[in-house]
Amino acid sequence: MTHQNRTVWCLTIALILLVAVQPVLPGWAVNMIAMSLSNGLVVLGLMVIMRAGLVSFGHGLYFGLGGYGTALGAVFLGITDAFVLVLLGIIASTFVGFVLSFMIARYRGIFFALLNLAFSMLLFGILVNSIVLGSTDGFSVPVPSYFGYVPSSAETRVSFLLYGMICLLVYVSTLAVHRYLNSTMGYIGEAIRENEVRVDYLGASVKQAIMVKYIISAILAGMGGACTVLLIGHVTPEDTVYWTRSGEFVFVAILSGTGNVAAPFIGSAMFELVRTYALQYAPEVWQMLLGATLLLVIMFLPSGLWSLIRSHDRKREQT
Amino acid sequence: MLSFVAILIDGVVYASWLFVIGIGLTLIYGVMNILNVAHGSLYALGAYSAAWLIGQYFLLDYPAAASYLLILIAAVAIGVIFGFIIERGLLRFMYDRDEVVMVLVTYAVFLILEDVMKLTWGVESYMPYQPRYLLGNISIMGLPFVVYDLCLVLLALVVGISVWLGLNRTRPGKLLIAVIYDRELALTIGINVGRVFTITFVIGSILGALGGGFTAPLISVSPGIGIEIIVLAFAVVVIGGLGSIEGAAVGALIVGFGRAAAVHLLPQAELFVVFGVMTLVLLIRPHGLFGRAVLRKI
Repeated sequence: MTHQNRTVWCLTIALILLVAVQPVLPGWAVNMIAMSLSNGLVVLGLMVIMRAGLVSFGHGLYFGLGGYGTALGAVFLGITDAFVLVLLGIIASTFVGFVLSFMIARYRGIFFALLNLAFSMLLFGILVNSIVLGSTDGFSVPVPSYFGYVPSSAETRVSFLLYGMICLLVYVSTLAVHRYLNSTMGYIGEAIRENEVRVDYLGASVKQAIMVKYIISAILAGMGGACTVLLIGHVTPEDTVYWTRSGEFVFVAILSGTGNVAAPFIGSAMFELVRTYALQYAPEVWQMLLGATLLLVIMFLPSGLWSLIRSHDRKREQT
Repeated sequence: MLSFVAILIDGVVYASWLFVIGIGLTLIYGVMNILNVAHGSLYALGAYSAAWLIGQYFLLDYPAAASYLLILIAAVAIGVIFGFIIERGLLRFMYDRDEVVMVLVTYAVFLILEDVMKLTWGVESYMPYQPRYLLGNISIMGLPFVVYDLCLVLLALVVGISVWLGLNRTRPGKLLIAVIYDRELALTIGINVGRVFTITFVIGSILGALGGGFTAPLISVSPGIGIEIIVLAFAVVVIGGLGSIEGAAVGALIVGFGRAAAVHLLPQAELFVVFGVMTLVLLIRPHGLFGRAVLRKI
C-alpha cells in the first residue's frame, strides 16, 4: 500500500469510527471531538500556507467571517438549514479571501503575518462597534434544522446530525486537501518555501500558487468558523477574530506540524483535551503551560507532533 | 475650533504615549530582527510593578513627589531583570532561526509572562491614580487637561532624544548602528555582537516597562492589558517602518492624531482608524514609511 493510499484509508476508517462511537460517547466527549474537528479545519488551512513557508497571524479573520456569515444568515435572513448556513459562512470567507489574496500574495515572512493581522483587526474594529451585532457581547444563534428535520429540544445542542455533518465536512475537505497537496500545484508550495526565485525560473507562477493556497486556507478557516458557531450557538468578536484567537490557531498548527493532513486534527484534539483539563484543575497556569509547550515544540520538535508518528514509522520500516 | 484644539492636544499626548511603548519594539527589531511579542508583557509588567510600588508607597507618609521616581526605578528593575533573563536564557539560543519562528518564540514568552503576572499580582485591578492627581488640571483655551497627561509629551521627548543621542553621538551607539547595517561585518571588525544584542534587548525591555509604568496612573491595571497594547504597538512601528526610530515617532503621531480625531468626531471608528492606517501603509509601502527594503534571496 502506498503512503498516500494509507492516509486515505486511515481517514475513512477514522470517519466511520467517529460516527459509529457517537451514540455511546458521553455528551462532553462528543462536544470536544466536534470542537477539535471544527478548529482543526482552520489549522488545516494554516497548514496549506505553512507548506509554502507562510505563517498568518490573522486567520481569525476567516474564522470569524465564517462564523458571522453563518450566524447572520440564521438570525437576520431566517435561514434554518445547517448546510445552507455553513455554505453562507464559507461564501463569506471565500469571497474576502479571494479579494485579499490579490494583495497578500506579494508578501512574505513577518510582513505576510502582519498584513493578515491588520486585516483581522480591521474586522474586529468593525464588529466591536456594530451595535446591531451585539458589539463585544455578540449574539446567539438558534438551533439549525437538517433538510427540514428539526432536532427536538430533548436532544442536546450537539445533536447527532450536527456531529455527523461536521465529521463529513472534515472528511471531505481533508481528502480534498490531501489530493491537492500531493498534486503538482501542492508540491510547488514546498518549492516556494525552499526557493521561490527558482520556482519562477522553472516556469511556475509563484504568485498564482500562493493565491490559490491562501484562498484554500480561507475556505477551510471559514468552514471551521461556521461549524464552531453552530456548535457553540453564540458568536462574539473576541472569540473569533481577535488576534489571540489567530495566535491560538498558529499555536496548534506549530504543535501539529505540517507532515500530514491528519496532523492538524490530532494537534487540535490534544489542544482541546489539555485545555479542558487545565481550565478545570489549574486555570491559573494554563497560558504558562501553552507557552512552555510552544517553546519545547519549537526547540525539540520542529516538525510538530506528527514527526513522532513519522519517526515511529521509519523505525518500523528499518526493522 | 475647540474640538480641533482638543484633537491636537489629545493626539500629541496619545502619540507620545505610543512612541514610548513603540520605540523599544522598533529598537529591538532594528538590531536583532526580532518582532518581540513579549514587549506587551514588559509593558504590563512595568505597569503592574509601578502600580504595586505606588500603592505600597502611598500607605506610608513620605513625600508624594517621589512616586515618579518609583515608576522609573520599577521600569529599570523590570527591564533589566526580565530583559536579561529572556535574552540570555532563551533568545540567544535561537538567533539562527527564521524571523517568523522568533515571533512565535516571543509569543510563547508572552503567554508564560501573562500567567506569571496573574500569579504574582492576582486578578484584581490596581488603580495607582495618585501620581496623576498630584499634578492637578490645567485649562487650555477653556478645555480642561490633566497636567500628568501633558507631561507624557515631555517623557516621549526625553526618551526619543536620549535614544537618538545615544545611537548617533556615542561610541556604543555607533557600534550598534554598525550591527544594524551588517551583522557579520560588524562581527569581523571585532564588535561583540552577542553583548550588543543583550544590551539592546535590555534597553528595549526597559523602554517597554517604562511605557507601562507611566501608563499605570492613567488606567486600571488588570490582567490582559498587554494583549491590547501589543497589536497597537505593532501598528505604530509597522506604519513607521520596522526598526526605524524616526519611523516610530511618525507612526505614533499618525496613529495618535488618527485616533484622537476618531474619538472626537466618530467614536465608533477608533480601532478601525488605527488598523486602517496600518493596512494602507503596508499595502502601499510594505516596509513602512521609513523602512528599508530587503533584497530577495536567490
